[in-house]
This record gives sequence, C-alpha cells and structure tokens, in this order.
Amino acid sequence: MDTRAVVCLCLAASFPLASCAKKRGVIEPGPHFEKELQTALIQARPGDVIQLPSGRFQMTGTLSVTVPGVTIRGAGMDKTVLSYVHQSTGSAGVLATGNNFALEGLTIEDTKGDGVKINGADGVTIRGVKAEWTAGPDEKNGSYGIYPVQCRNVLIENSASVGASDAGIYVGQSNNIVVRRNRAEYNVAGIEIENSENADVYENTVTNNAGGLLVFSLPDLPVKSSRGTRVYRNDVYANNTHNFAPKGNIVAKVPPGTGVMVMATHDAEVFSNAIRDNNTVNVSIISYLSTGNPIHDAGYDPYVSNVYVHDNRITGGGTSPAGIAAEAIVPKAGKPLPAILWDGIVDAKSTGGARICLQHNGDAGFLNYDAAGAFKNVSRDVKPHDCELPALAAVVLPSAGPEPSGGGN
Amino acid sequence: MRIAGSRRALLMALAVSLAGCGRGVRHFSESPFPEKLSAWRIFRRVDGKLRPNSGVIPYDLINPLFTDYATKHRFVWMPPGKPALYRRDDTFEFPDGAILVKTFAYPAAAPGMPERWIETRLLVRARGAWIPLPYVWNSEGTEATLQVDADPVDVAWHDESGRSQTIHYVIPNANQCRECHDQNKLTGPIGPKARHLNRDLDYPEGRFNQLAYWTRIGYLAGAPDPAAAPRQPVWNDPAAAPLGARARAYLEINCAHCHSPAGAASNTGLYLSDLQTDPSRIGLCKTPVATGKASADMLFDLVPGRPDASILLFRMDSVEPKIMMPEIGRTLVHRQGVELIRRWLASLRGDCGTPRSQI
Repeated sequence: MDTRAVVCLCLAASFPLASCAKKRGVIEPGPHFEKELQTALIQARPGDVIQLPSGRFQMTGTLSVTVPGVTIRGAGMDKTVLSYVHQSTGSAGVLATGNNFALEGLTIEDTKGDGVKINGADGVTIRGVKAEWTAGPDEKNGSYGIYPVQCRNVLIENSASVGASDAGIYVGQSNNIVVRRNRAEYNVAGIEIENSENADVYENTVTNNAGGLLVFSLPDLPVKSSRGTRVYRNDVYANNTHNFAPKGNIVAKVPPGTGVMVMATHDAEVFSNAIRDNNTVNVSIISYLSTGNPIHDAGYDPYVSNVYVHDNRITGGGTSPAGIAAEAIVPKAGKPLPAILWDGIVDAKSTGGARICLQHNGDAGFLNYDAAGAFKNVSRDVKPHDCELPALAAVVLPSAGPEPSGGGN
Repeated sequence: MRIAGSRRALLMALAVSLAGCGRGVRHFSESPFPEKLSAWRIFRRVDGKLRPNSGVIPYDLINPLFTDYATKHRFVWMPPGKPALYRRDDTFEFPDGAILVKTFAYPAAAPGMPERWIETRLLVRARGAWIPLPYVWNSEGTEATLQVDADPVDVAWHDESGRSQTIHYVIPNANQCRECHDQNKLTGPIGPKARHLNRDLDYPEGRFNQLAYWTRIGYLAGAPDPAAAPRQPVWNDPAAAPLGARARAYLEINCAHCHSPAGAASNTGLYLSDLQTDPSRIGLCKTPVATGKASADMLFDLVPGRPDASILLFRMDSVEPKIMMPEIGRTLVHRQGVELIRRWLASLRGDCGTPRSQI
C-alpha cells in the first residue's frame, strides 16, 4: 500500500461514531433512554457493565444483547422498572444471545412476549430480576417471564415471575442449571424445567400458579432428553389459579391445582419440599402419552422413569380436582385425591419398568390411576414403589461466584 | 439503474487498487467504520443521480423476503482477483473484502419525483467474518449515515395503482440484523445462494443468468452450468411450479433464516427450509413449543386442509408484536403471501387427529 492509500484510510477512519464519545456504562434517565441503552448494548465490549438508574422507563421494543460478557445492572428489583406496556416491536423485553450474560436488579413489566429470553448462551446469570404482567392472570400476557433456552451454565436466583401465560421461570433445552430462591406466582406454570439436563431447583417459593413446578420432556425439539433434575427444599403451595394458557400450549393441559408435575422425564429427584394445598394433586408423575398429543418424533421417549420422591412434607390438597382427575379418577377414588398420582404408563420395552420410587413422604397417599388401562385398575398400593434410587449429583456451575450476602426477594 | 461495463469495471477496480485513493470502492475492515456511506464510494453521483461505482454489480433474488413492500436494490462488490466459491445449497463462500449492499427504497411520494431511499445495509467481509453496517439516508437522499439504532421513518408513496400509501418504517438495529443473519451466532448473508440467484438479470452487456455472469466477471468460481444448479420457483408465478413448491419457496426465503437448526428459532424445532423433508419439522401436525398466546387456541402449526386451524398462517396474518411472524422486518401483512400459504394448506390432505388428554 502506498502512502496516499494510508492517508486516505486514516482520514476515513477518523470519522468516529457520534455515540462513541459518550461515557460508557451508565445510562442516564431522559427522553432517549431506550435508544441510548440499546446503542450502548450494541457497542458494548466483553466485560462491560451497563448500569441503569432507579426509575420507571417506557420501552417500545426488544432490548437485544449479542456481545458476550455483558452485564446489565439495575438499581434493584422494583427500583429500576422497564415497562413494555407500549411495546410496538419485537416480542421479548430483553433478548440476549451473547455468552456470559448477566441481568441483575431490575423489573421488567408487561412485555408482549417473554420478559427475558436468553437464547443459546453459555453462562447466564439472572439475579434479582422480576418479570411481571401487572394486570394479573390473563391469557393475553406474554408467555415466559424468565426464559433461557438452549443455554449452558444457567443461574437464576432471587428473582421473580408474576403473571406469565405459560411458565414464569422456564428453562428449556439447557444443561447445567441452578434455579434457587426465586418466587413464582400467578403464572400458568410457576417454574418449568423442560428438555434439560442437570438442573437443581431449590428453595423457591411457588404459589398461586395453575401448576407449581413442572419437569417436562416434550417431542419435536432439537434437544430431546430430560434427565438429572433435583427439586428440593421448595415451598410449593396452593397453586390453584385457573389455567389461563391458550390452548395448544402444553401447559394448557396442566390441571389447575397441580403442585409438582414430572412428565416424560428420567432421573428426577424430588425431596425435602413442602408441598401443600394444591387442590387437584400435590405431586403428579406422568408419561407424555397422557397428553393425548400425537407423536411424530421418532427420536422422542415419551415415558417417565427413575423418579425418586422422598422426604417431602405433603399436606392438604386434592379437594377439588380438575382435568382427568375430576372426570375419571374421582369417581373411582373419591375426594380428596391422594397426594401423589401416577398414570401407570410403563415403557413395555424397558427392562426395569418405570422405577417410580416413593419413600418417607409422611402420610401422603398414592394412586396409580391406570391411564393405559382406561382407569380400570386404579391402585392405592404404594408398596411396589417402596424403593430407593441413587441420589443425583449436585449441579456445579463454573462461574456462579459467591452467593450474594443477603437481600433477595 | 444502469451500471458500467464489467470489463471496464474490472480494469477500473484494478487501477483503483494500484492507485490507492482513486475513485473506486474503498474497503474498510475494522471499527470505527465510516460514519458516511459516501466514504465507501459504492455509489457515485452522475448528473445528480446515484449510480453504482465501478465493480459494483447489481444482483437480485428469485424470491425476496417481504419487508413492507419496500423495493430492494442489491449490489455486490468483490476485491479484484478473489471470487466467491460456489456452494450448492449454502451461501457462497465470499473472500475477505467482499461487500454486499442492499438498499431499501419506496416509490416516489408523488408522480415525477425520484424514488426515496430509506436505508442501505452493508455486509462487509473482513478477517473471515461478516460485519453488518446499517446506513440511513437523509430525507434529501444525498447522504446516508451509520446508525446502529436508527429511529423509525414515516414514508408516503403512491403504489402501482396510484393509491397513496403510508408506512411507519422501522429500521432494524444492528443487533436485530443479527436475529435474521446469524447462523450459529455467526453473521452472514442469506440471499446469495445458488437456488436464489439462479435467474436472468439485465446487465449493460445484455441479459444473462446471474451465476454465469458472476463467473464470467470473476466474481464466482466453481459454479456449474446454471441448468445444473438448483433453482427456486418464483413464489407468485403459477406457471413456474406447483402450488406446494411455491409455498415452500416462499417459506424458505421468509422464514428459514431463523427457522433452521442453526438459526434464531432453532429451539422451536420448526424448520422451514425448502430442503427440509420431514413433514413434522415443516410443521404439519406439529404441536407448538414456545408459542404462548400466539397459538390462539389452535393445536398445530400446520393442519392439512384447514388453513384457519394452522398457527403458522395465523401468525403470518398478524401485525401484533409477539403474535406476528416474522417477528421483525415488517409492520404490514403480506396479503399475497398469506393467500399463497392459505391455498397450499387448503390443498393438503390429511388429519392431525383430536388429542384426548388423560392428565
């Protein structure tokens, strides 16, 4: 390259972007808050922390983050509020695809679609974030409050979701997950772990949803398996809100009044939870076949197996069942329904059967409702299920860092 | 828009590269990128009108993505002596230095006035990666500036039938570019694939097949004879192909960049490439995954014989955020596209059954 070319390129390179001159990292309140924030996110460098002030800010579109290693940090849940009530473009409130993304200390309100969606990231931290639809349960609310999908190494803690028309905290098709000390209330499903592996879900408060805490595997997804979920020390009570999910969505099939539901999952351990007053059933264990949905996915395993439910404190509930429980089971089993229901569907090709093991759950009753046999041979006999399964390993996150010193919700 | 002869273009490009700061296209490979589009010298002003510079050649796709009836002017510029490598199904492999240029325009606001250019998006290949650079034109159409998060623009024009139209045109921000253009998180062009380009186009030297023309001027290497390369049917030309093939071609260009195993909607398991052969992956009798209220109480993505029971069609026919598909890039419903998919679904035979829940 000759000298003239060098001069020429330098001149061109000397036109800086106007916004480069701004102070990095702190977004000030003002009429251009949204644009400044989005621009800062586009121009962020790995490791940047974007700080948001206290206050209520009106958003019109999805905030998107693609740069890895970016942290968005508000002044605290309910202190920094991003309101999407006037959202006109996009679906989610915040959409992140960069690895090692962190969102902390803010509230996201009334998004048209999901509150926070993180797609395909390795390293996700959601801490002290609330996603809420302020009008309460409504099928017009967005689908998911906090929604990492196809991610690895996910931490969701001290956060909350209120009013999602699907799942409040929903981790899909992900691996290595910790969901702890969150609050999920007035969603269709409070917390859902779906087609995911290695999840620890603990010390969450899950109440007033239609279904409290779901561990699912569904067909037609790129990630097919669901295994290795531990659900422990959660408080799952009075999830008796009507199911306001639009039909077609799988959670629309969850009967209101469901506490914990484990569907088509392998290697799940549900222990040391307080589960009470869920008026259809406190714990439900089923195959995907019970949904009645057609299965065209040859690689999908619809059966549930290796579920160990033990040392839970289960009380109340089962008093006003909905769904198939009301139609077909109550006439045979009466009310209140036993605390733990299993549909009795077993993979005929499996050698060890379903291995549904139930131990040390106090006075909790049990019912195999024989969905495969058209409810003919319902059985309350828990003896076949008096078995123990090996404890699942704890999830270890590579970069979870020290636990926060206090606060939370 | 007419361009200079290709041989002259090549000679000029060569001359420019030797002279350094001549009048040819300039390539920038790292941030900060020029604030003004004119710095790239992709267009030059001749008699007050913008013309593509030497070596900047127009191209067009057989089927375009629908973006609110905007006209799109596409150009490609390649560094001398470095052709793109032909790929049968995937986007061609472009060399460092390549620039793809797409201008979004609307017809004149009044008869006799010039077309209005709204934005010009560059995809610049540098150091083995593509960099998206959105430039937004001023209202006079004299200069475009780099704006990573531009404000919407109100546009008025007269359509072909002389009716006055207005639109609140939303310019995607730089991250939204990536929502469509990323595959496995790597940004790239969508259109320059053999089956989208395999058509004739008017050049100053005459009308030629684009694959053949690109090969002739040294912009493409390894391409077979166009007759041996794949080709999409024109979506709205009933003479081009049967209804089903045209519907799949429409879904390919409008949906498959996200709805593919490497795209932004990979999590849905709904894959709409025209190369997809699994009926359930295309959505037939497929239950939705993360659709939420956009399912509108319907049970399946596509139901044979029942367009009005098909979630995909419902979402194409909406402009409401969260329900509408595609999620970004349009504020209007593409009536003709909706009609095509409706007719296709109505023509299909089969039944998805009625699920009987036992939960």
